[in-house]
Amino acid sequence: MTQNWPRIRTAGFDGFLVSFGDNLSEPANRAALAFRAAVMRAGWDGVLDSSTSLVSTYLQFNPHWRDHAQMRTALEALLSERDWYGADLPEGRSLWRVPTVYGTDLAPQLEEAAAAAGMSAAEAVTSISQSRVRVQTIGFAPGQPYLGELPEAWNIPRQTALTEKVPEGALTIAIRQLVLFSVSTPTGWRHVGQTGFKLFRPDAEVPFVLRPGDEVLFVPTDAQTLHKMKAAGPDGGATREPIT
Amino acid sequence: MSRTLNIRRAGPSMTVQDMGRAGYMSFGLSQGGAADKHALYEGAALLAQDPALAAIEMAGMGGEFEADADLHIALTGAPMRAKIDGVAVAWNASHPLPKGARLSIEAADAGVYGYLHVGGGIDTPERLGARSVHLAAGLGAAITTGDTLAIGAEDGALASNMCLPCDARFDGGLVRLVPSLQTSFFAKDDLDRFEAMTFQRDARGNRMGVRILPEGAGFHSDAGLSVLSEVIVPGDVQITGDGTPFVLLSECQTTGGYPRIGSVLPADLPRVAQARPGAALRFCFVTLEDAVAIDARMRAHLEGLRGAVRPLVRDPADIRDLLSYQLISGVTAGRDPERH
Repeated sequence: MTQNWPRIRTAGFDGFLVSFGDNLSEPANRAALAFRAAVMRAGWDGVLDSSTSLVSTYLQFNPHWRDHAQMRTALEALLSERDWYGADLPEGRSLWRVPTVYGTDLAPQLEEAAAAAGMSAAEAVTSISQSRVRVQTIGFAPGQPYLGELPEAWNIPRQTALTEKVPEGALTIAIRQLVLFSVSTPTGWRHVGQTGFKLFRPDAEVPFVLRPGDEVLFVPTDAQTLHKMKAAGPDGGATREPIT
Repeated sequence: MSRTLNIRRAGPSMTVQDMGRAGYMSFGLSQGGAADKHALYEGAALLAQDPALAAIEMAGMGGEFEADADLHIALTGAPMRAKIDGVAVAWNASHPLPKGARLSIEAADAGVYGYLHVGGGIDTPERLGARSVHLAAGLGAAITTGDTLAIGAEDGALASNMCLPCDARFDGGLVRLVPSLQTSFFAKDDLDRFEAMTFQRDARGNRMGVRILPEGAGFHSDAGLSVLSEVIVPGDVQITGDGTPFVLLSECQTTGGYPRIGSVLPADLPRVAQARPGAALRFCFVTLEDAVAIDARMRAHLEGLRGAVRPLVRDPADIRDLLSYQLISGVTAGRDPERH
């Protein structure tokens, strides 16, 4: 795309990171996903694990089987096969509608986040709930999506001080992205909504529910309805339809 | 019939651990597994069994255990005071644990993570292909008093009353790291300072990582402030907002926004995990080429541990080739198998 990208760097002792940019962009995100899929298809000996971040593909390998120079050469050859920025999104994507309680004591930072974005709380709910966001990557915690991209008004920084703990299912916002938490953890992202959607189900047939490329709408609901939907099962009322 | 180990008293942070789960990074789940994986190899060597079997990891403090059948056990990692029915037993050694006998393990004398291995391994159900509890992911939970853990079948050829020399990884020391994807975000001065400085392991730390306190000013990267969240691997040394380094361990998150100054080699990560609060740590960059050679030596060492175990008590009946041993100080048969 530009002269400096894609770029191959080592990551730790036994990994490579192939980055398609230093800013989040839709083409770089698609390139990272498509390049990882190609690495998996290539089935190289000695590859132990792989993943994508927002704009990079990560590859962990056994350097005693295939040394760093050989692995770099293989990555360069694969990179030169096509224009990865023009790659399609992954196949088999889904659209999820996830019932969400905005604000209230369940999600106490809605007003604060709305103010940072220059909106009223009601405007913020409309803006977020009408944004059909895409899973850009899964990371940090098991099954946890980074979703985007929100309208420019949501280019608000993370908090400097951490919130001591947001609960599982918390919908949080910063830098034109949403993160839906799969675990209860401290965070610098502002807690604007609460869902009952369980993202990590270790004993289920599908342990990790969302995939990169899936799209999500966070549909407003009230606390009582959410409570009932949570009691009914791990989807917390979320529904899924295939994107064709 | 299945055998069990009964937990009569659980220490504050005891978990079942094995080598962890590889292959789930793209789902946001780090590999996890024992904080000190070298200890798993040591336990396996002492019992002459597979290092992939699960053991009990004890952070800082052990507990009390009782078996409902005759077992073999091994004790490795951070040295802790252990007794079987009130009689002190050696650490870094394997022992028989008769049915009904009470094994008690006290606080660590050095290091952080001690391990209790049993012949046949801890046989809790596998989840996502491993038995490791991953506390950060909410995958499993710590062991509590009253728990009953299933034990796998012994394969018949188990060893006990064996020992290994104690390793020196429990008191901090020198840790080697490689430059990684964001090392160039830091000025050369800061990298030099990082290598010259002695750090102190902070009180804050767990299976996800440990904070290390610089003796002077912290570290800073202008470029790092605006960097996108990027892949994290165990060993990465991230520089948090206040300039303090944080070394990521087995249960780390899979992505993160703080810049990483380097990545600790797998060979030295147990030394970081085992450094207790207050222990001194120093860091030294090595080239990738040297790192591969260091890693190869580590693997050879771990795979060779089975050949390094020695009988714990020199009972002449157990010594197959009596004549080849040095029986009286200064007098040796032509070949001394214990000389190196």
